This record gives sequence, C-alpha cells and structure tokens, in this order.
Amino acid sequence: MPAIVVEALERVFGEVAAVQGVDLEVDEGEIYGFLGPNGAGKTTTVRMLTTLLLPTGGRATVAGHDVVKQARAVRASIGVALQEAALDPLMTGRELIRLQATLQGLPSREGRQRADALLERVDLAAAADRRVGTYSGGMQRRLDLAAALVHEPRVLFLDEPTTGLDPVSRKTIWEEVRALNDEGTTVFLTTQYLEEADQLADNVGIIDNGRIVAEGTPESLKAEIGDPHVKLQLEEGSIAEAEAICAEIGKLLPPRDGRTVMVEVANGAADIPRVVRALDDAGIGVGSLELVHPTLDDVFVAKTGYHLEQEDEEEGAAKEPVGA
Amino acid sequence: MSELAANLRVVRGLGMRSIRQTFRRPQLMAPILVFPTLLLALQTGGAGSAVHLPGFPPVQSFLQFMLAGAMMQSLMLAGNSGGIALAVDIEMGFTDRLFAAPIPRYTIVLGRLAGTAALGLFGSLWFLAIGLVFGAEIHSGVPGALIAIGLVTATATAVGGIGAAIALRTGSASVVQGLFPLVLVLLFLSSAFFPNELMIQPARAIAEYNPLSFIVEGIRDPIISGIRASALLDAVLAIVGIVTLGLLLSARALRHRLRVG
Repeated sequence: MPAIVVEALERVFGEVAAVQGVDLEVDEGEIYGFLGPNGAGKTTTVRMLTTLLLPTGGRATVAGHDVVKQARAVRASIGVALQEAALDPLMTGRELIRLQATLQGLPSREGRQRADALLERVDLAAAADRRVGTYSGGMQRRLDLAAALVHEPRVLFLDEPTTGLDPVSRKTIWEEVRALNDEGTTVFLTTQYLEEADQLADNVGIIDNGRIVAEGTPESLKAEIGDPHVKLQLEEGSIAEAEAICAEIGKLLPPRDGRTVMVEVANGAADIPRVVRALDDAGIGVGSLELVHPTLDDVFVAKTGYHLEQEDEEEGAAKEPVGA
Repeated sequence: MSELAANLRVVRGLGMRSIRQTFRRPQLMAPILVFPTLLLALQTGGAGSAVHLPGFPPVQSFLQFMLAGAMMQSLMLAGNSGGIALAVDIEMGFTDRLFAAPIPRYTIVLGRLAGTAALGLFGSLWFLAIGLVFGAEIHSGVPGALIAIGLVTATATAVGGIGAAIALRTGSASVVQGLFPLVLVLLFLSSAFFPNELMIQPARAIAEYNPLSFIVEGIRDPIISGIRASALLDAVLAIVGIVTLGLLLSARALRHRLRVG
C-alpha cells in the first residue's frame, strides 16, 4: 500500500492558487524529494498532508487515512519537522521532547525513556537541559527531528530540514534521514537544494507554480534530458577535425569556447577510451577530459525554463529564463 | 489509559509549559504581579483617606478594600499575557507542532487556560499574603479567603479564554498586547478601584452593569464583610458568561485558523 496518495490536490488563498491539482504517490519505505523554488507550493502541500491546512479541492491519504475525514488518525501516523524549526526557545531540549511524547499519547515512563534515547541519537544529550534558545541552528534542527520521531511514526514529513544550515550540519541531517529510512520510515522531504534531492531521494517530484512539472527517480529524470557528455579541452590539433571525429562517436553539443569539444556518449565512462583513442590516432592532443552527467538542475531548467539554485540565491528576484 | 486521562495529561503538560514560559519570560510576569502590586501600594498610600468619604462601604482599611481590585487587575493581565503567549506560539510556529499532534484541538486552548488559572491562583495568594502582612483582615476568615481564591482563579481562566480567542483569530502578539490599555479601561469602569456609589455618571452606570463589577464584589465581600449568597451568585454568573463567550469565540477562532493555516 502506498504511504501517501495525492489526487488533484488544490489549495486556493483568495485569488491565489497556491497548489493546482497535484497528483503524486509515495511508496512505503521510500524517500520522496519534493523539489521546487520558494513559493512553488511545497510547504502548502505539506501543510495539507499533515492536516494543518484544509485542501480546497482534490483528496489525499497518508498512511491509509484521509487527511480531511480521518485527520486524527493521520496525525497519529506521522512525524512532522516543519520549516523554521518550531521550537520554544524558553524550553529545554529534554522538556520539549517529553512534551512531544505527551502530545503523542506515550505513557510518562516510556516518554522519558524515548526522550533520553532520542537526545542521545541526535547527539544532544549533553545539551538536553539547556534552553533551546541557546542552541545553534544545526542543534535546533536535530532537536526538531528528534521530537518528530518520539512516537516512531510511519511517515516523516521534513519541510526544508537543512535550509540555512552549514555543510557539516546539513550532512549530519542527511545521515540521520538515511538511517531512519533504512529502519523503514517513509520520508517526504521538501527541499530547494538539488544536491539534497539527488543524494537522498528515491523519487523526486518537481513543483513549480503549484503544479508538478516532472516526477521520477533522479536517474530517470536526468536520463530524460540526455546521455552524459564528454567535455574535452584540446591542447593541439584542429578543433574542426576533433569535432568531426567526435561526431562519429556521439551527438556533438554546442561548444562553449574555441578549444572545447563536448560530445554525448551513450555508454558514459565506457566510451571515454574510444574518444581518446580516436583523437590520439588523428594526432590531436587532449589537455583535459571530463565526463559530465546531467544534473537535476538541467532537469529543472528543461521543465521550467530557469535555474532553481540561481533562483534560490536571488530570493525574491524575478525568474530569469535560461538564454534570455 | 483512557482517552480522558490522556487528554488531561496533555492539558497538564501544556499548562506546565505555560507556567514555565511565564516565569522564564519576565515581560509576561511583570504585568501579573509587579504592576498591580505597585498600583496597590500607590493607591493605598495616596488615597487611603477615601474610606472616610460618605457612601464608602464600611471597611477596616483602604488596603482591605483594594485587595479585590489588585487581584482583578492581576488576573485580567494574566489572561492578556496568556493570549500574548499563545499568539507568540502561533507567530513562531509552535502551535503547528500542537495542531499536528493526535490530540483534540480543544486541549490546546485548555492547556493554555490551565496555565492562566495557575497564574490566577498564584496572584490571589500573593495579594492575600500582601494584605495579611500589611494588616488587612479577611473578614470571613479561611472560607472567605477560599472563595476569593476560587473566584480569582475561575475569572483568570475565563478572561484567558477571551485572550486565547483573540490570539487564535489574529495570530498576532502585538494585537493582543494592544488590548492592554482596554483591559485597564474596563477595570477602571468597574468597582475594582472605587465604589460604584462614589462614581459620577456615566461611569457609574457603566460600572453597575459591567460584569467585572459583579466579580469584584464577589471577591471583595468575603474580605471586607461577610459571605453573601447573592453577591457570590452574581459573580459566578458573570464568570460563566465570560467563560461561555470565551469558549464560543475560541472554537470559532480555532476553525478559522485551520481554514487559513
């Protein structure tokens, strides 16, 4: 049975359609990466799936329960760590997890034991009795994650869990997400980081302007864009001759400068010796060589017409179409 | 564990958090204890001769008369502070944690009100202690003190319900904080700080119908004279009215919050 099923889900705020007919399915034990820029509809979708917001159209089930008609059963099955860790800075880490255990209906003793074990797991045992307001951003996210796990949920929703974190803290969260998934937890992860989706997700859904524009495994999405290509920097010899040789091996891509040749290769790394031998036989010297795989950014560009991470860096700026 | 017991545990847990939050954030504690204590000291010191005015009820001292007013001020501000704290929770997203938990939504409001009730109880004990230390008698003795404590605690809960409803509806701490002057106006237009009989119109007419006056008299009577069933009943009815209004508004505001997210 799928862990999450979403059919034609919609949410309208006045005149603004934040989510416009989203369909998706997440299998048990899967990590689903929900990728999109700010304002694309990621958080609105998560808020509907976690019963924090009523949909205005369509339907969704989580852990087999309807998010509107069986909201309480949904809430008992999920763990939620929302964007901007929703923590009380005046509570201690231990108080927060114990309160979460109470909210999830765990008996006092079990709640205390789970709190201690989780604080240990996310490496916060030493800081457990300090107020959350004194924690770093990474510590707060780890505490938020621990709180979401206190009742061992079937489905875990993580809304941009690493936004604003340094690379080390980000990697720690990734490792924890992988470990949880290995233990059988289904993870629905929203992110605006391509690398995060690529590293963690079994399946990726790309959302833009409230609609899913692409869905599949990261590999299949990248494969849709095309084969990997070999990027050659020539040291000596005619570039026209090099292009002619490479054109017999694969599809030539537009050159970036006068000394670079780029050719798509159907067999990836296995085709590199063939390319090098052919150029060597023609007396063309290769200064450097790189096998370049399509990225999720290429997928994002192909589907939306602009770069996700560029958008991320220029938050609030207008979307610039590629090539404009 | 039965569902009721589980829900009571949630209310207790959220109530404990609410109390801790107030004691750990001085700006929430100051209006509940410091301001009413200062006002009590200033009024008792500066207007003590008012007890000799014709029409002033027979009292042992102005401090004895003022204790009920100080308790009312404290509990009204406790209710307002509870609303501010809930609005801060909404602003920082903490209520999302509560709304995403498998608990009845009303326990979230009741948890906050449990904390406000505890603060009301604490405020009533504080001012009764101040009264006793500075020589004010509790005319009806221990039963009178218990009635005053009970009414203060219940009123704090009732007023907290209104504060919670406004917080849930607006989701803005500054809006709830902006009600602070209104709370004082409502108090000054009641018999909290001065007997109705000595007020001039139209303040007197307003004070006579102000539900807060009924509650003040219910608290004051056992302190300055004796326990009167009619005053007690009026106070209880006024509290029930405020509780009903608070619960209705909170229920509507909760539904609104879920609609708008």
